[in-house]
Amino acid sequence: MTGATLYGLCAAVLVGLGLFGLIVHPQPLRMILAFNLIGSGVFVLFGAVALRGAAAGFGGDPVPQALVITGIVVAFAATALAVALLLRLFR
Amino acid sequence: MSLVLDGLSILAVCAGALFFLAGTVGLLRFPDPLSRLHALAKADNLGLGLVVLGLLFQAAGLPAALKLIGVWLLTLLAGATVTQLIARTVRPTEPQA
Amino acid sequence: MAFDTGLAVVVLGVAVWTIAARKTVAAVAGFVAFGLLLALVWVRLAAPDVALTEAAIGSGVTGGLLLGAATRLRRIEPSAAGETLGIGLKLAAAVLCILVATGIAAIVLLLPEPAPTLAPQVAKNLDRTGLGNPVTAVLMAYRAIDTLLEVVVLLLALVGIWSLAPDRAWGGFPGARHHADSDGLLAFVAQLLVPIGILVGIHIFWVGSTAPGGEFQGATILAAMWIFAVMAGLLDTPAVNRRWLRLLLVIGPAVFLAIGLAGFAVAGGFLAYPEAYAKVMILTIEVPVTLSIAATLALLVAGPPERPPNG
Repeated sequence: MTGATLYGLCAAVLVGLGLFGLIVHPQPLRMILAFNLIGSGVFVLFGAVALRGAAAGFGGDPVPQALVITGIVVAFAATALAVALLLRLFR
Repeated sequence: MSLVLDGLSILAVCAGALFFLAGTVGLLRFPDPLSRLHALAKADNLGLGLVVLGLLFQAAGLPAALKLIGVWLLTLLAGATVTQLIARTVRPTEPQA
Repeated sequence: MAFDTGLAVVVLGVAVWTIAARKTVAAVAGFVAFGLLLALVWVRLAAPDVALTEAAIGSGVTGGLLLGAATRLRRIEPSAAGETLGIGLKLAAAVLCILVATGIAAIVLLLPEPAPTLAPQVAKNLDRTGLGNPVTAVLMAYRAIDTLLEVVVLLLALVGIWSLAPDRAWGGFPGARHHADSDGLLAFVAQLLVPIGILVGIHIFWVGSTAPGGEFQGATILAAMWIFAVMAGLLDTPAVNRRWLRLLLVIGPAVFLAIGLAGFAVAGGFLAYPEAYAKVMILTIEVPVTLSIAATLALLVAGPPERPPNG
């Protein structure tokens, strides 16, 4: 089993765990945490695909890696907005 | 020569890992927050210091070695600050000396 | 391989802790640790730029944001322990999640064998962009429009957060006022650490054109230093109706958009760079964008205004 496959399977488990946490927890902040976990799982899946695309002297395919960087930043923006809405809801 | 360096690295990193283990055991088993902070400080300072020492033998040149030492110093600073702040929250008044 | 297996097991263990912890603050602490371990996973996936971004944004600022929210919510609402799902629904949810995870695992195991990759095309045109770091080349040259939209999305999230201010605090100061503590410990450490942090942030931004790094990672470190200075009571958060703040936030996307539109006239397409000046154009975009993103990230963590602007 190559490293990419191992981390791809790890990503699958992370998405499953995050989905479970999203469904099971009633508190909104725990749901936001679980949602971030799902996002991290998807990013690691991208990373595994990028590792498989190593060629031309690079360690991994740079295009999925750049997409993941964009994804992490946008996920943070969404989390910040969600947390602000949550705090306003409970004010 | 590189075999000696590798051996020293392994020795130092294992010793550092031992201090981390001791610190974690202290975190889990000590009775009150102040003694747990004491255990964590050992892990932070000595454990990380020994790991960095072991990695210094593997470092590729002087800038990399200086960066490793810089990482250790910054962790020391952060750890000391956080320890003080937590300790003050737990026990806010100075003991009557 | 053994190291990868061990790392994956530890990452999954911390993820389980994040889901299963009883107290929310413990779950957030688990999430921060999860983010840092994930940064190690990124290094093993040969993606050091992503590792820096994950450690800085995914674990650092997100962790700070969630921890602040968790401590505030702990005071406001008691844990809603009575509303948890019954055991039957939990089992059904578990079955659903196992199905989803198995589906994704099947996709992973059935990926096409000569793996399709864009790396050769990236490498072929890399020296025409004048950059040495392929990920920065993708972000700033090949897919610059994605980066432009990403910067605008950050700004839109900030506008959304500011719109949540109560009427009396409209345009005012975000967050509570932090005062330097009586012994001055945090203020002393901030005075020591913030200059070092600013230097490290600028270095990581600058070195991103040829080595792992880049504007997002550097901007996050600058934002973190600003947040630290505010928490230590050295500075107050600026009121959001100040013109200089709004100018700082907008100058990055504005320069990016202007150079993009100028690309029509100069090189034949939106965000096209003239070949001899590619690196200069990229740097001209990157410097204001770094400043804007640093301010945006810091203000996203600071939250909606809570104190009136002229009070």
